[in-house]
Amino acid sequence: MSDHSADQIIRSTAADLAHRLSTGEVSSVEVTQAHLDRIAAVDGDVHAFLHVSESALETARQVDADRAAGVALPELAGVPIAIKDVLCTLDMPSTSGSKILEGWVPPYDATVVARLRAARMVPLGKTNMDEFAMGSSTEHSAYGPTKNPWDLERIPGGSGGGSAAAVAAFEAPVALGSDTGGSIRQPGAVTGTVGVKPTYGGVSRYGAIALASSLDQVGPVSRTVLDAALVHDVIGGHDPRDATSIPDQWPSMAAAARRGLTGDVLKGIRVGVVTELEGEGFQSGVKQRYHETLDLLAAAGAEIVEVSCPHFEYAVAAYYLILPAEASSNLAKFDSVRFGMRADVTGTVEDVMAATREAGFGPEVKRRIILGTYALSAGYYDAYYGSAQKVRTLIQQDFDAAFEKADILVSPSAPTTAFRFGEKLADPLAMYLNDVTTIPANLAGVPGMGLPMGLAPEDGLPTGLQLMAPARHDARLYEAGAAIERLLEVQWGGPLWAMAPELRQA
Amino acid sequence: MSEITPERVAHLAMLARIALTDDEIGKLTGELGAIVDSVAKVQEVATPEVAATSHPIPLTGGMRPDVPGQTLTTEQALAGAPDHDGSRFRVTAILGEEQ
Repeated sequence: MSDHSADQIIRSTAADLAHRLSTGEVSSVEVTQAHLDRIAAVDGDVHAFLHVSESALETARQVDADRAAGVALPELAGVPIAIKDVLCTLDMPSTSGSKILEGWVPPYDATVVARLRAARMVPLGKTNMDEFAMGSSTEHSAYGPTKNPWDLERIPGGSGGGSAAAVAAFEAPVALGSDTGGSIRQPGAVTGTVGVKPTYGGVSRYGAIALASSLDQVGPVSRTVLDAALVHDVIGGHDPRDATSIPDQWPSMAAAARRGLTGDVLKGIRVGVVTELEGEGFQSGVKQRYHETLDLLAAAGAEIVEVSCPHFEYAVAAYYLILPAEASSNLAKFDSVRFGMRADVTGTVEDVMAATREAGFGPEVKRRIILGTYALSAGYYDAYYGSAQKVRTLIQQDFDAAFEKADILVSPSAPTTAFRFGEKLADPLAMYLNDVTTIPANLAGVPGMGLPMGLAPEDGLPTGLQLMAPARHDARLYEAGAAIERLLEVQWGGPLWAMAPELRQA
Repeated sequence: MSEITPERVAHLAMLARIALTDDEIGKLTGELGAIVDSVAKVQEVATPEVAATSHPIPLTGGMRPDVPGQTLTTEQALAGAPDHDGSRFRVTAILGEEQ
């Protein structure tokens, strides 16, 4: 492939690949093969993928043939993408990281997957995740954890650790994730990558295996803000198959990111620093990089304002009532009758169901189903689930007040850098606190973005910055996010992900 | 202190149709007790005058035009089933002997 080495291809952004594909400088087959080779070389160690597509090269070949024939193609045509295993795909198993769905191939595509195909992107495979997206480390995947490409002894975040690790390890330029309480943004923080949780209802969840329906959102995972925006434009917008899908017309997120990359958009922007999202429990290097970034924003002309969101301290508690309650209901469909596994036992259908769920669900899923069943049971509903829904109102009011004073809100996107495997596995409450910064956005439905914020001095591992905007103002995140990314990369002398250690090649 | 006892966990597991082992019930009793004590914090601020929010972005209507859409064929619907007879899902007995 002349002077376009495979190594150069895999380290390219999706925007750059799209450009070179459009000029014919590279083919989709070359780009797809380079990524498949990379997966073969490093994924034995990283374990970002649960399944690698057997039809990726054929899909790429068709795009190349259409391009050669002069067919007008969408911008990302021929660009590969990895898909979180929570999303249904017609041609690949979709397990949501659970044994109970091992080998299950859905009879339909999720809307976001159908849109990727319509945009002529090339699905590379399905990425690993905590079982049913319950976790912050991928240690709850039934298929073994994904490793953080920055340090293979550490977690890649969760639940979407597979998608984040795949883009951080150059196995895919972009990926899809889902974010119920931080499952896109927290893995982004600990792997030095970008991830966006769109406004609730901004992206269809049809065909996303539901965890907590009032919180789940599908969103893009990438190495740059512009790449996330390009994917957002492909997957976003109204879907009549999702009753919670917002029918609004959306502006181009890619245009917003490009304004951020080229314009002077930070001058005069009011950046709200959420007082409650730093301090105790935050690692010193995270706090240091956060304050350096705020100084950089101020120097670029942003107005830094302190905002207080007093009810955010109740967010984790409310979340761990609402999520288990909704999950216990959503996961009732795994009943050994219509799809998935069935335990080989005798007895009534209920005996078989109970034995199947005992064998098919992992410990965290059982924990949350039992907790949710408790929170919804007669006599406890008002005290727990009902109270949690009231906290949700209070958190929305905190956001409303904060957005009176600020155009965007900021916080670290995770309190610490990547921790070691096993460190928090025995203590569910400690694990739950990993999402303290990201959960408020899910409870209120507002969009949030995580982007790299530099390496913590004490351990040399990535930290992440979170931006939040009012509901429906996702474009504001892309505009500001791209500008902040550009400022930080000038400081670093290049993108953060270029500093990741080399992985062993199999 | 929470009211999570092994008996309650066993009852919840029955309601949730998960055949937990005695070891799991023992472990979950302790874990859920700690989690419930922690999340009970929501009661501090959930006063009567605060309205509950069930969905973050309220939408009304949500009706689509009343036109036939694409549906799964019987074959597609049965494709992932653990057992079927070609037109129906096959399960073991609905009622036990004592019922």
